[in-house]
Amino acid sequence: MALTLDDVRRVAHLARVAIDDAEARAVLAQLNDVFRLVAEMQAVDTGGVEPMSHALDVTQRLRADAVTETDQHAAFQSVAPHVEGDLYLVPKVIE
Amino acid sequence: MHNATIKSLAADLAARKFSSVELTRHFLSRIRVLNLKYNCFITVDDAASLKLAQAADDLRAAGRAGPLTGIPIAQKDIFCAKGWLTTCGSKMLSNFISPYDAHVVEQLNGAGAVNIGKTNMDEFAMGSSSETSYYGPVRNPWNADTVPGGSSGGSAAAVAARLAPGAIGTDTGGSIRQPAALSGVCGLKPTYGVVSRYGMIAFASSLDQGGPMARTAEDLALMMNVMAGFDARDSTSLERAREDYAREIGKAVKGLKIGLPKEFFAEGAEAGVSAAVEAAIAAYRKLGCETVEVSLPNMKLAVPVYYVLAPAEASSNLARYDGVRYGHRAPDHADLTDMYKRTRAQGFGQEVKRRILIGTYVLSHGYYDAYYIQAQKVRRLVARDFAEAFRRCDVIMGPTSPTTAFRLGEKIGDPVKMYLNDIYTIPANLAGLPGMSIPCGFDGKGLPVGLQIVGNTFAEAKMLGIAHQYQLATDWHLRIPPECEA
Repeated sequence: MALTLDDVRRVAHLARVAIDDAEARAVLAQLNDVFRLVAEMQAVDTGGVEPMSHALDVTQRLRADAVTETDQHAAFQSVAPHVEGDLYLVPKVIE
Repeated sequence: MHNATIKSLAADLAARKFSSVELTRHFLSRIRVLNLKYNCFITVDDAASLKLAQAADDLRAAGRAGPLTGIPIAQKDIFCAKGWLTTCGSKMLSNFISPYDAHVVEQLNGAGAVNIGKTNMDEFAMGSSSETSYYGPVRNPWNADTVPGGSSGGSAAAVAARLAPGAIGTDTGGSIRQPAALSGVCGLKPTYGVVSRYGMIAFASSLDQGGPMARTAEDLALMMNVMAGFDARDSTSLERAREDYAREIGKAVKGLKIGLPKEFFAEGAEAGVSAAVEAAIAAYRKLGCETVEVSLPNMKLAVPVYYVLAPAEASSNLARYDGVRYGHRAPDHADLTDMYKRTRAQGFGQEVKRRILIGTYVLSHGYYDAYYIQAQKVRRLVARDFAEAFRRCDVIMGPTSPTTAFRLGEKIGDPVKMYLNDIYTIPANLAGLPGMSIPCGFDGKGLPVGLQIVGNTFAEAKMLGIAHQYQLATDWHLRIPPECEA
């Protein structure tokens, strides 16, 4: 199944990446090449096979419910594009 | 000094033949000249490196030096290093001075290693040629018209060009082993979970693993002894007792069973690659090893599986680059959504955007089961093939890459062609197994060939010992790119 230009536009919107028509057309051909490669895997019979999400069969660790992080907002916000009064600034969302 | 191994530099530092400050100055002066040609480094900070070198000399004076104290180590620009520009090869992070250290960087600093600079790489580690970097392509010291491999191409080329005796890299689908092969150096991707991913900028979290690159197996072991270890801040870091990765360095390989997967030796590799790899296996037979044919029947599915799983995980990981908390923000925008979209369109390069789109698509409503879940199931089939193979052998060997270094621009326009370059390396990532590449000869064009060794879970020390025995019997790892000798 091949992707369409509309698929590319829809996915670009979901991924929040601006894309113009020329770019969408160029990327469409490349994505279809990749999905042709991926199709080889889709034909495999995987009945009864458990999906493998982790390389080793280990479980997630639990830790005590205790505060371990210290306040480092000054360090972290020093690399932010726009900060005022310890707050990250973004374009106005609510009119 | 620059042709010496980490082990011999450590001995000379211990014998006070020179100081770390002198050694660091030597490498910095080489970098100043040779980096213009090879573009291995994105950031070099003489003052910061020399400060670390002075601290290492002080540590030694205080009697607290270890094997890596005072040794210059190049760091792939994917590792966050406090106070250092950390770009991951992207415009998105072109202004990101890291406010913290990665666990691996903490470990190296703690051992007194000297960060000699941050190395160039494919953008967000997505590539096999180090050409997708926002900072321009890295060139291969063996032939500057060819690529060094990728994504850890800057680290591999830096070690090959004798700009650092060791470097750190990361490997998601072959990004340590393939550039090691194409640049004629050694590289190890440990078992998934052995090296902490904390502060290592995430690409595909279920596959990403950091590891060492150097010129000898013995040096890799010395680096692993510092880099490995449990870290609670990485949820997939493994709680294991510390081990000495150099403990099997002196061990003979007589009687070792080497598995040769027939799929690794079917058509596909260039003649020059096959010839060098077969000669290496003959050398192991001469050392008393036995060889046995094994099979990884699902290997051909590894690349298709990888190009579902890795982009899916990347699209999720890279959602964090929104122009709000760090990194690039588009200067002009209509509203918040427009700001996100323009920021990401401007900050990411073509290959990264392509993978984000693939990943978003395979995770989107209605496609998740057919792509992502199916890929996870086939991943298990690939892992089972290895488990089956390791019932019959101690390690697996084959080529690291089907080709030697290719020309700049040769594959960059055809993503699928580039992806297939990782056909021999991706399977170990999917199975979470340790894999390494060591130099094993040259092709007719004078370009290096890598021998891949894949071991069972936690077999790193054994693999390093096996590689060391080969390096005692051969001298491929000692060859120097002619233009980097002086």
